Amino acid sequence: MIVRRAPGGFGLLALAVLAGVSLALAAPVQAAVRSFSITLLRKTYHFNKEVLPSLLETHPADLGVSGSEEATSELNTAGKFIGWHFTLNVITVPEGGNLAAAAQRLLARGPGIIIADLKANDLLTLADLPAARNALILDMRTIDDSLRQRQCRANVFHILPNQAMLTDALAQYLVWKRWSRWFVIQGPTAGDAVYAADIRRSAARYGARVVAEKTYSYNPGSRRSDTGYQQIQTQMPLATEASGDYDVIFVADETDLFGDYLPYNTYAARPVVGTQGLVASAWTPAYQEYAALQMQQRFDLFAHRGMRERDYGGWLAVRIIGNAVMRAGATSPLAMRKYLRSKDFLVAGYKGQGLTFRRWDNQLRQPVLLSTPLMTVSMSPQHGFLHPGYTTDTLGFDEPETKCHLGH
Amino acid sequence: MPSRTLTGRRAALLLPALVLCSFAVGARASELFVSNEIDDTVTVLNGETYQKIATIPTDQRPRGIFATPDHRYVLVCDGDSSNIDVIDAKTLKVVRRIETGPDPETLAMSPSGDKVYVSNENNALVTVINFATGKSIKQIPVGIEPEGLAVSAHGRTVVVVSETTSMAHFIDTRTWRVVANILVDTRPRIAQFTRDQRYLWVSSEVGGTVSVIDPRTHRILHIINFHIPGVDREYIGPVGVRFTPDGRTAFVALGRANRVAVVDAKTYKVEKYILVGQRPWQIAFSPGHKRLFVVNGLTNDVTIIDVSSEEAVRSVPVGRLPWGIAVIP
Repeated sequence: MIVRRAPGGFGLLALAVLAGVSLALAAPVQAAVRSFSITLLRKTYHFNKEVLPSLLETHPADLGVSGSEEATSELNTAGKFIGWHFTLNVITVPEGGNLAAAAQRLLARGPGIIIADLKANDLLTLADLPAARNALILDMRTIDDSLRQRQCRANVFHILPNQAMLTDALAQYLVWKRWSRWFVIQGPTAGDAVYAADIRRSAARYGARVVAEKTYSYNPGSRRSDTGYQQIQTQMPLATEASGDYDVIFVADETDLFGDYLPYNTYAARPVVGTQGLVASAWTPAYQEYAALQMQQRFDLFAHRGMRERDYGGWLAVRIIGNAVMRAGATSPLAMRKYLRSKDFLVAGYKGQGLTFRRWDNQLRQPVLLSTPLMTVSMSPQHGFLHPGYTTDTLGFDEPETKCHLGH
Repeated sequence: MPSRTLTGRRAALLLPALVLCSFAVGARASELFVSNEIDDTVTVLNGETYQKIATIPTDQRPRGIFATPDHRYVLVCDGDSSNIDVIDAKTLKVVRRIETGPDPETLAMSPSGDKVYVSNENNALVTVINFATGKSIKQIPVGIEPEGLAVSAHGRTVVVVSETTSMAHFIDTRTWRVVANILVDTRPRIAQFTRDQRYLWVSSEVGGTVSVIDPRTHRILHIINFHIPGVDREYIGPVGVRFTPDGRTAFVALGRANRVAVVDAKTYKVEKYILVGQRPWQIAFSPGHKRLFVVNGLTNDVTIIDVSSEEAVRSVPVGRLPWGIAVIP
């Protein structure tokens, strides 16, 4: 793309579509700034912060949306050089509000390009609206396997790694460490059951063994109290006692009910991995490799807090749209969908490689971070895990095993 | 100029005598200056024997490193200290610090050496500094995460590439205006003019390509791709680019592919991949262009490539996370 700045201020950008017409003759010079509006649809969900086990855990109101806002301003840095201006239109459906109605209004008015900060059920409500059939929905939030399997949709593209990618990322590291005997402790929710099933799947894939399993459904009393640790100190050793030996505890507790109580409270002196302890994710505020430091600093300047995984999801969603518009000239949802699934598409996400979508389920393939709250421990795929196509396809549902068939 | 072995350096105080002496002897080793991002040092190696001559402490996070055109100084960007360390190439000591504005990543100089161009990574700026006074002359807004800088031979054009905006920005040094912005493949790292100034090559690390740009029309003429048997495409991350003096051959460092590509600069055909250390980014020629030095960030060493045979002949340890290299003849 060739762009020339017209003499004058920064705003005066003129596209050099100079097929025969010279810039000097085309007077007065028209500032050919095209605008593109990005829609972010989010919903407020009930959240009881009192159940968070740690006082240090917070739940920022701008979680996710700040990532999209930061990315929009980045697009405009590029856009001002080549004649594009982006705006972010954020629609928030209140708790208990009618998501379908809000989505209908959006689809009736707008171009049908929507970033969704929605949980799985609401995402499907949006995706299954007749008016959304030819829309593009960028899912910046969910990690549900089901949405990449039997519940996948052609109009939905997933940005964050799903549960099976997360357990595979941890599994590769554990196998590399030769910590291959796992004690699985599973929480009470349906999501925990999926995550635990993924742990078993990962074990089978990578030659590890689940040597013990337990379901932890007792309410650990994860709330504010004066002497809470004393009871936890006796509860957790009981919960983690197993008849045989194991190398790690692999915990499946997606809602943070008890997992954070496990480290240093286990019966045997073994590390904790999974949804707590060593955690797999797309992003953490501590990650700084592959120039992520610059991203973290920009985000902190903008939002005055660390960048979390959902912020990264919102950031990437906007950057993906920006690529489609500025690189491919794709401004309609169908043109964008085609571009995102083409070999021309890739997006940079501070992972040292371009990120692309799997064509069979519209999942973004990506390296996955393994982190503790303060440090990045490793990144998967691990060295030595090979794949004939993309090494990152060793994480999650690969084409031969997918239950979603959106195409090749 | 004196030959700078260990004893030679001490004797450098007796400069006039040695100047005569060295002319008489006629031989003096060149020196390689390698910035070590994690160690906060610059390693100095003898350019013939590759013996370590000195380890120079710098300010924090040294990355971009550049020899002044008169070869008297080596300038290092200290990203986390917002300044440039000026190393005296004779005494191998930091003799001056120049403020640059926040997070300088790389630098280049005007052909005469009167101006320093710095890319301020966190602030999306290029800062222009008067080298004699150390004063900032101009700050020019560019794309996000600006990195590699290229200065045309006549000095009238400075090109900076922005990693997150993925553009090559052309700056006119008479007006300090950005006159063209060219969208290239994702995450451009380095811009390099061909020796005849007719083309500008821009490496795109995440895109995995090198764009060949006409600097007059600002058009992309060609995009070079790399295919290495047994190496996944996503590991191919082109960064450093250098041309042989005859302009016929380009060497391109490929990052996590752990190789340097040899490219025919006329046909753009990739002729060979040379296996080097891990994550090579920056590369530089020896003064006579017989050797190419490849800085390997993850293996803490420099691979020496013999240019005529296009073989890696040796590797030499330096500091931790070595980043850039400058050569004093």
